[in-house]
Amino acid sequence: MESWALQAAATLNAGTVLALAGLGLLINERAGIVNLGAEGIMLMAAFAGFATGVHTGSDLMGFLAGGAMGAVLAATLGYLVIWLNANQYATGLALSLFGSGFSAFAGIKYTQEKLGPRPHFEIPGLSKIPFLGTALFKQHPMVYLAIALAVVIAWFLYRSRSGLVLRAIGENPESAHALGYPVRRIRLAAVVTGGALCGLAGAYLSVIYTPLWVEGMVSGKGWIALALTTFATWRPGRILLGAYLFGGVTMLQFHLQGQGVQIPSQFLTMLPYLATIAVLVLISRNPAWIRANMPASLGKAFFPEG
Amino acid sequence: MFKLEARPQPSRLMSCASPLIALAITVLIGVCLFIWLGKDPVKGLEIFFVEPLKNAQAISELAVKAVPLLLIALGLAVCVRANVWNIGAEGQYLLGAVAASWVAMQAGPGTGRWIVVAILLAGVIGGAIWSGIVAFLKDRFNANEILVSLMLVYVGQQLLDFLVYGPWKDPDGYNFPQTITFLSVTKIPRLMVGYRANIGVIIAIVAVAALWVFLFRTYRGFQLQVGGMAPAAARYAGFSSRSALWIGLLISGGMAGLAGALEVAGPMGQLTPYLSVGYGFAAIIVAFVGRLHPVGIVFSSLLMSLFYIGGELAQSRLGLPKAMTSVFQGLLLFTLLGCDTLILNRLRWIGVGKPKHSEEA
Repeated sequence: MESWALQAAATLNAGTVLALAGLGLLINERAGIVNLGAEGIMLMAAFAGFATGVHTGSDLMGFLAGGAMGAVLAATLGYLVIWLNANQYATGLALSLFGSGFSAFAGIKYTQEKLGPRPHFEIPGLSKIPFLGTALFKQHPMVYLAIALAVVIAWFLYRSRSGLVLRAIGENPESAHALGYPVRRIRLAAVVTGGALCGLAGAYLSVIYTPLWVEGMVSGKGWIALALTTFATWRPGRILLGAYLFGGVTMLQFHLQGQGVQIPSQFLTMLPYLATIAVLVLISRNPAWIRANMPASLGKAFFPEG
Repeated sequence: MFKLEARPQPSRLMSCASPLIALAITVLIGVCLFIWLGKDPVKGLEIFFVEPLKNAQAISELAVKAVPLLLIALGLAVCVRANVWNIGAEGQYLLGAVAASWVAMQAGPGTGRWIVVAILLAGVIGGAIWSGIVAFLKDRFNANEILVSLMLVYVGQQLLDFLVYGPWKDPDGYNFPQTITFLSVTKIPRLMVGYRANIGVIIAIVAVAALWVFLFRTYRGFQLQVGGMAPAAARYAGFSSRSALWIGLLISGGMAGLAGALEVAGPMGQLTPYLSVGYGFAAIIVAFVGRLHPVGIVFSSLLMSLFYIGGELAQSRLGLPKAMTSVFQGLLLFTLLGCDTLILNRLRWIGVGKPKHSEEA
């Protein structure tokens, strides 16, 4: 029983990385911009967060550094695609390639470093409940923050006026422009916010989840987070659900290995990637699901006259 | 204060000049990076741009790295022109190498030289199967090709690892994760004794010519590009975007697989987990820097090969991390995409101070 509770706890923890990044990319895509640089941003932020954590001894500073790194890189991407009209896919790829290269280059000094003793959290009282206490109430605050963030983003998108404007811009930037909304600035704001959240996800990965710095440590989580937005058909609640589902798949792989299941480890490592493909296929095969929520201008350039 | 304004028509001059400007900016940033790291920038530039060209041996090594980049990038150029985003060429490269290795391991004492042809074919098929999965899932289920092709890179690497750590491990290899050294009969013939450059160079040149003809002189090639640039027009003309998808992915997967076969049966001589050095990703940059044009890609693949060799030399001579290569690669694509703005737009001096209608300007 206790081991299942630990599994559940680990699943929530693993899902948090994907949830943060996925929610960020959701905001991005709701404004009509695809950020294929997520993987690179997460790597740079994982490096920045870890290095800051090592030097300052503060996890919070690590998170801030990761978030800031994400925001800055995303702003670069935003400037290129929103103002200079560069191809969104190519620019995102450039960011991913640059991020994986630069983080490996700059991070080489940190591969031997360690952060101080990792903090242990539990919610007084609730954590004493059998099973649920271990499964749900002994998590890092970021786990709860990710859930709160999903609620806030859902409220923002569907209940606030600014959220309506954001969605309008993602659906039809020309009309929003005609109505006098500063389409480009709002898109940039969405991209920067999304980048900051991806950065936070990267920093959480290297500061709390792993916690260490290894070259290429994001190992596709940025791409999986991108797939999550499709899986979630661009709805915040479903991002959360998908993130925990994938967190569960990741944990399943370790669990099976621990149980001594006679499957070569490489096939277990493949699981999250195969699951991503399976999920994409399942969701995408129904055009109605995709069309109902996909921002209509997603990936398309918007270049106002004058 | 400059203002960006649309050109009446795209500038052909800028289209060619943009990669050069981007390269200049990248080199400039590189110089700053060397100074920041406390290394002599002149020495750094020498390592990246002079040393790899200093003699025949160096040129041969340049070719060894340029060939896979060139082959993969040619295929990707076809793909991008068809508006299909295959970013998993690395996986197709690996699978091509796996298929080629399987054939190479079948060689026995009586095997003739023909096996090289079979190895190369196996590479093409292996790569094309891996990209064919992407095409199938996109065609049948509309699954996003960017994400599927990328996920298959990770799957491909694990598959390769499984083989070399498991069933294909050399029983006499001191438990190293690698296959047997392939028999010499399987070796890709070299161009000259003493140099590692092999007939891959000739294959690459033929591929450049063949793809140029395909893209610019055949009806199918024309269809493919119309489908990519103007899907509505293509539909109206009765061109199928499905066929563009399949052709683009199969060509690029096959080319990447061919590159994998040439590598594994050429310089490597056996399959190891360290086959992947990012050629598949670097080739995306090569394709864009080469303006998606077969001839342009020849030059950009040589440039990217310089980056690879320069990175290795910088590691051994200056003690810099090898990852410097990918930093420069990423920077080059970044600056290129920025400079490409000048193809469709021009900068105009509009005097000092803020323009009047700064909003959305």
